[in-house]
Amino acid sequence: MKNTLRQVFHSPKFVVGFVIFVAILLTMIIYPLFNPGNPLAQIGVGTFAKPGTYVSLYDATKAKTETFRLPDAEEKRLKASLSDEDRVAMVEWFTAAGVDMGDLDLQDTDALLDLWNANYDPSLRPKGMITARVNYFKRLNNALQELGGGDTIIIAEKDDASGELVESKKILNTDYVNVNAVTNVKTLPLGTDNFGRDVLKELVSAVGTSLLIGLIAGVVATSIGLVFGLLAGYVGGIVDDLIMFITNIFTVIPGFVLLILITYSIGQEQRGAAVVAAVIGLTSWTWTTRSVRSQVISLRNRDHVNLSKLSGHSLIRIVLTDILPYIASYVVMAFILQVSSGILAEAQLSLLGLGPRTTITPTLGLMMNWAMLYSAHTNGSWWAYFPVILTITLISFSLNLMNTGLDQVFNPALRD
Amino acid sequence: MKGYRKYFGKKILWFVITFIAAVILNFILPRLMPADPVASITGKLAGGNSDVAAVQEIYARYQEEFGTNKPMIEQFWMFCKNAIHGNFGLSFSQYPRSVTNIISSAIVWTIALQLPAILVGWLLGNLLGALAAYIRKGFDKVLMPVSLFLSNIPAFGMAVIMLVVFAVNLKIAPISGGYAFDMIPHLGWDFIKSVISHYQLPFWSIVLVSIGGQAVGMRSMSIYELNADYVKYSRFLGIKDRKIVGYVFRNAMLPQITGLALSIGTMVGGALVAEIIFSYPGLGSTMYSAVTSADYPLISATTLIITLMVLVVTFLLDIVYGFIDPRVKAAQVDA
Repeated sequence: MKNTLRQVFHSPKFVVGFVIFVAILLTMIIYPLFNPGNPLAQIGVGTFAKPGTYVSLYDATKAKTETFRLPDAEEKRLKASLSDEDRVAMVEWFTAAGVDMGDLDLQDTDALLDLWNANYDPSLRPKGMITARVNYFKRLNNALQELGGGDTIIIAEKDDASGELVESKKILNTDYVNVNAVTNVKTLPLGTDNFGRDVLKELVSAVGTSLLIGLIAGVVATSIGLVFGLLAGYVGGIVDDLIMFITNIFTVIPGFVLLILITYSIGQEQRGAAVVAAVIGLTSWTWTTRSVRSQVISLRNRDHVNLSKLSGHSLIRIVLTDILPYIASYVVMAFILQVSSGILAEAQLSLLGLGPRTTITPTLGLMMNWAMLYSAHTNGSWWAYFPVILTITLISFSLNLMNTGLDQVFNPALRD
Repeated sequence: MKGYRKYFGKKILWFVITFIAAVILNFILPRLMPADPVASITGKLAGGNSDVAAVQEIYARYQEEFGTNKPMIEQFWMFCKNAIHGNFGLSFSQYPRSVTNIISSAIVWTIALQLPAILVGWLLGNLLGALAAYIRKGFDKVLMPVSLFLSNIPAFGMAVIMLVVFAVNLKIAPISGGYAFDMIPHLGWDFIKSVISHYQLPFWSIVLVSIGGQAVGMRSMSIYELNADYVKYSRFLGIKDRKIVGYVFRNAMLPQITGLALSIGTMVGGALVAEIIFSYPGLGSTMYSAVTSADYPLISATTLIITLMVLVVTFLLDIVYGFIDPRVKAAQVDA
């Protein structure tokens, strides 16, 4: 046993897969300790807030300010407030007025503004330009002159007695606040989803649920497959015929279709994560049965099994002590694959709208389903779906790597 | 001919048996559930309607339509009779379109998309896998981890990534549908062009996903065969490398065909979900809209059709296998 383990951990594939899997598992356990609370709490009111650190504007105005005179502050402000649309419009005017632009870079704000200030003439009316357009450029010029805002923003509070606005604070454009001094700061590494929920927190919780679903599905599928395979392989005869008859039928009928039929029939109310997992397990045991059976058949007539039979050991004892240990590695590998396909099956079911009942726990599939329903993929909210796809891929990648590693240890013919 | 006849006879028998089992399951599974499907449909349709008499009437009507008030065995014969005539009733969500009508317009899209995509993916994957096993070294080292990673991206994930990269960001492909939304299907050049441009993303996302899995499988099969005794023996005999590779490829191919037959159901399931992402007008999207609108007759018919499709493809693969498998061939020569 110890030797086998050492051998397994010498396989680079297994180790890489194992490390990724353990990393995912640890994140799942440790992250909630730092960020406790309901993963489905709707913290945001809007949809799809971008990833990043959010500073309370209210608290920031009350925090102690420091004055910095940063040389590039003004330029940055200009750059941020000059939209791409304005830039294109400016170039349009230059072209119409025949200004030599040289090799002007649209994103070079300074050069663009310099060129504009040097050349723009409100009285000039380029040939072929309609009045509305000329007026548009006049407005654009006015806007450009005020760009970057004034020097101060005044904060005023309503006086309850008189109903008048009373100036309470002046914010200069050189005022800075230390982020640590602001009372309320929230970092959302993966932003929020369509319901305004913290995606990272949801994701971590979803990984837990999805792994549990995979685990239950794997246990159910492997146990059924193992029992059927052992019976068919060892007992043989009519039992074997009957089991293989059922197995052959269910191998060809796509499990996915059965899954849809069953989950749909169960109905939304009864469909908890565990139920969905059990159903997934119930529809995916066939190939475990097939492979266990063929392994058992090759073991059935070995000498040590025959010796046990002659010694009058019971069927259960023979199966447990003389057959199971020989196929244990195989069963473990089958189990790993079942877990990974169980997680995938849940995700696909959820995308069809047949996943576990929503509202209580998130799963990877449900998160994907929500992101697609609210078209995160077409409105550029990558954080709502990409981490989910990546997580599913990483989980099944790590499980499959471990499986391949084990395969190479136990099947020397496959070794590189 | 005796060997073939026996082999094919067995396969046809199995096809018929599985088909009957599939029909029975399709019929019985929804009816086995504790929840009464008619009651749940009525509940969804009646919504907030508190008029008991009205709800009762809706219930009675659907009970009549589905025949749930009759004994189970009679229901089953009715179900079979209707299915044989291609009559699956009327759709709830797209009333008054018949289910047969909806499915027959969707099935063409699904077959035209999935069959070529899965075949191309399978061929490319096998070629790459065999190459990786034969060349080894750097090619193998880079290709294998990439294939393994690719094969683990779920089909819908690949679909979303392709969609975002090529349709939303690069804008070189349309975002959704099977053809431009302002067109009516006809046999004009512009329509065909539109169909082809909409075809690209779903097609390649299915191909990419299936390449990975097949390449990994083919590689290990080929390595296994390359280490076999007959290869060493052939080398001793001085048979040319090319000829040996040909033998190895053929031997490694056989389990790959069986593998395709066994996994076609799973692949179709994945590809159906990928269809939803692209709103491709095939069976996957039909199923999705049926599920979201609780369109029971449509779901039941779609699942039956998908099962039938998978059964037919598996059967055809078995037939092809019979022609290639040397054991079936040998039986033929003996007889």
